[in-house]
This record gives sequence, structure tokens and C-alpha cells, in this order.
Amino acid sequence: MTATITPALGARHARILGVGGYRPTRVVPNEEILKHIDSSDEWIRSRSGIVTRHWAGPDETVAEMAVIAGGKAIADAGVAPEDIDGVLVATVSHFKQTPAVATEIAHRVGAGRPAAFDVNAGCAGFTYALNLAKDMVTGGSARHVLVIGAERLSDLTDLEDRSTAFLFGDGAGAVVVGPSDKPAMGPVVWGSEGDKSDVISQTVSWEAYRNGGEGVRFPALRQEGQAVFRWAVFEMAKVAQRALDAAGITAADLDVFIPHQANMRIVDSMVKTLKLPEHVAIARDVETTGNTSAASIPLAMERLLATGQAKSGDLALCIGFGAGLTYAATVVTLP
Amino acid sequence: MAAINDKDAILEGLAEIVNEIAGIPAEEVELDKSFTDDLDVDSLSMVEVVVAAEERFEVKIPDDDVKGLRTVGDAADYILNAQLSTQS
Ligand SMILES: CC(C)(COP(=O)(O)OP(=O)(O)OC[C@H]1O[C@@H](n2cnc3c(N)ncnc32)[C@H](O)[C@@H]1OP(=O)(O)O)[C@@H](O)C(=O)NCCC(=O)NCCS
Repeated sequence: MTATITPALGARHARILGVGGYRPTRVVPNEEILKHIDSSDEWIRSRSGIVTRHWAGPDETVAEMAVIAGGKAIADAGVAPEDIDGVLVATVSHFKQTPAVATEIAHRVGAGRPAAFDVNAGCAGFTYALNLAKDMVTGGSARHVLVIGAERLSDLTDLEDRSTAFLFGDGAGAVVVGPSDKPAMGPVVWGSEGDKSDVISQTVSWEAYRNGGEGVRFPALRQEGQAVFRWAVFEMAKVAQRALDAAGITAADLDVFIPHQANMRIVDSMVKTLKLPEHVAIARDVETTGNTSAASIPLAMERLLATGQAKSGDLALCIGFGAGLTYAATVVTLP
Repeated sequence: MAAINDKDAILEGLAEIVNEIAGIPAEEVELDKSFTDDLDVDSLSMVEVVVAAEERFEVKIPDDDVKGLRTVGDAADYILNAQLSTQS
């Protein structure tokens, strides 16, 4: 006779229990960007909504920022660090691929020896990891998962590239996902469009950089701005709507909208297309934080809650999108 | 099958789109007006106009062709030609 396997037993539902963020101390105004590119404060504000961003100093590493943000999220969640049994870190700007930075972070936040790994899904990294965490909690492979987005995009910014120099910032944001009696995270709508993989990418591979050669510079992020903008305003509004539909709610039921903070113009356009009512609080953190890729959604969530624009229990639509191209959208109850 | 619009109908549709996106009164949107110089439609708003026009008129306007659409008339001609060529 074959013995039967005992299956994992997950929580009935999952929810975000707490959130935390870290912004580097150095604030960089548009004037500083203008030293390297032919542009103007007015142009940068009107095309992106960005006024300032934070750039990390030498000690504000991806791991350091992630540990601070993660520690705050754990405290906010009201769980003990040793109760964290999964750590997921979404990043594209940690320059040491092995080992995964998640293991060091797990150790340093006091989580002991949990399952820990990095996630690379570009600017959709946080919403990807968030939904993995939900599936871990409801699937029974973990009970409390720390999800962090942490980036030092300033390291991957070509200061002379007019289409990106003003865009990127650094920082880390984190949430803890744990068990819930009631549904507090809707179904994810996610996917990738690898046929558009060259629209946002690293200028040269590490291999090509190592091999050197004529004109090969340190890798930076590059993008086809118009193509990205078109995709974001046209396709991502549809994905956001599908996430509302999947959660069984309408725009009128929504309290908060937290899209990836890529560009204020993308945020504005999505708000219009989705016909979000006046009462919905809109994340506009890009103005003073820039585009921090995988860190942008938890940072914006933390700020909306800290400033009282959103409150615990609110229904928020989160949508991440970026290099890959990748995207993931889901409706959550705010911690 | 998509309906073919005449140029007046296309102009009317474009005027509504520009009004929606840039807030310019529809009656100010005329064939000889430049999107950027006369109608306050910058390069990113232009992408939004194009995306809305693609939906409304059931045509494709690739990124590379957008730069060539300086005036409302350029856009109307482009849409008309695109509609005619998909019908034949
Ligand atoms: C980057 C972005 C702001 C550029 O705007 P754009 O309208 O596409 O810019 P374009 O390259 O088409 O240039 C439009 C005009 O502005 C000028 N311009 C471009 N960059 C400029 C700059 N930094 N400062 C001043 N002028 C600039 C161009 O020369 C051009 O002028 P012209 O019409 O007189 O020739 C925009 O494409 C964008 O934000 N896209 C989305 C990017 C994004 O969010 N990426 C992250 C996704 S995760």
C-alpha cells in the first residue's frame, strides 16, 4: 500500500498586516539633473511631474535600505521578527547576484532562517512578490512573509541620457503578508510581453561590459519612452480594470489607487481612463520620490497612510508594470 | 467591418478627443491647427490622442508615424487613408 502524503494547510485568506519605507537622506532637485542634460525644470515637471528624488549615499545599500524598511513593516504589522518565515526581495539594482540579497536581509531583520529569495520582474517586481506571498500564506508554505522592493536606480542611471536622467530614484518599501479571516487580497491579473523585451532594458549586458571594447560604458537603464508611455496608458488601464473585475468591485467601491510611480502623466492618464471617482485617493509619490521601480508601490502606500490620505481597511488597487515587459495588478485591503 | 468616416466626421471625432485630453474647446480644433503649437497637446498628450483615435476609428497608428502628424489635418488624412486601405 502506498502511504498518503499530508498536504500543506494554508490560511483561508491573506492580508497585508503592516507597511514600512525608507527614503535615502539626500534629496536631489531637478536643478542638479540639469548639470548633465539639456533640459529644464519646467520640462521635467510637465512631462513627468517629478520635482525631487532621493539618491542613496555609499552606506545606503540595497540591503541596508531594505533592512530598515523591512524592520518598520514588521513593527507596523505587530508580529515578532522570528515569526517571519518567508522573505521576498524584488530588485533590479542589487549588483551582487549571488547569494540572493534576501537571505542577508532575512538574517538582519531578525527573521532567523526563513525561506528567502530575490524576485526580478522589473517595476512589477513588488506586485509579483506580493502575490507570491499571498499564495505562500494561503498555500501553507509560510505564515508571515516579508515582501520588500528595494532599489538604487541611481547606480543604473546614465546622467547624460535625456529620457531617463531625471526619472529614477532610490529607496525601499516593504509589507508583511499574513493570515486573515476575511478576504483582503483579490485575484492577481498578471503577465509578461516578451515580444517587447527591448523597450526597457539594460544598455549592455554584464558580459559585454566585462569584455569591454569601443564605447562600452557601465550598464544603465534605457527605454523607448514613447513606446513605454503608450503601453502604460493604453494596456495597463485595461489590466487595472481587469483586476477590479476579478475582485468583484467597481471603481466606485475603491478608496485608493496605487499605480507604479513611473511618471505622473501615466498616473493621470490611468485615473482618467479608469474613470476613478473624486473620492479615490491617488498615489502621487513620484513627485518627490521619482521612479523607484520595485520600491515605488510600498513607498507610496506607506506615505498615503502616514499622511492620512488613506486609512487602514481602505480598498486599494495596486498595479506594477515595467521591464519585461511585465505587469501585475491586484486589489488589497490596506493595513 | 469598421465604418468608413468622411473627413468631417474624423475632424469631429478628433475634436472630441483633443477636448477630452487637453481641455481645448472642440470648436477650436481645426484642420490647419498644429497639435503642439496651437492646441496645447505635448508629445505625451499626443500619444494619448493617438491611442484614443486608434480605438475610435479602428485604425493602427504606429509610434514611428506619430511624429509626422503635425496638424489636425495630417491626422485626419492619416486616419482616412488607414481606413480606406483596411477596406480594400
Ligand atoms: C521619458 C519621457 C518623459 C519622454 O517624453 P517624450 O514626450 O516621449 O519625449 P520625446 O523623446 O518624444 O521628445 C519630445 C520632445 O522633447 C524633447 N526632449 C526630450 N527629452 C527632453 C528632456 N529631458 N528635456 C527637455 N526636452 C526633452 C525632445 O527633443 C523633443 O523635442 P522636439 O519635439 O522639439 O523634437 C516619456 O516618454 C516617458 O515618461 N515615458 C514613460 C517612461 C516610463 O515611465 N518608464 C518607466 C516604466 S517602468
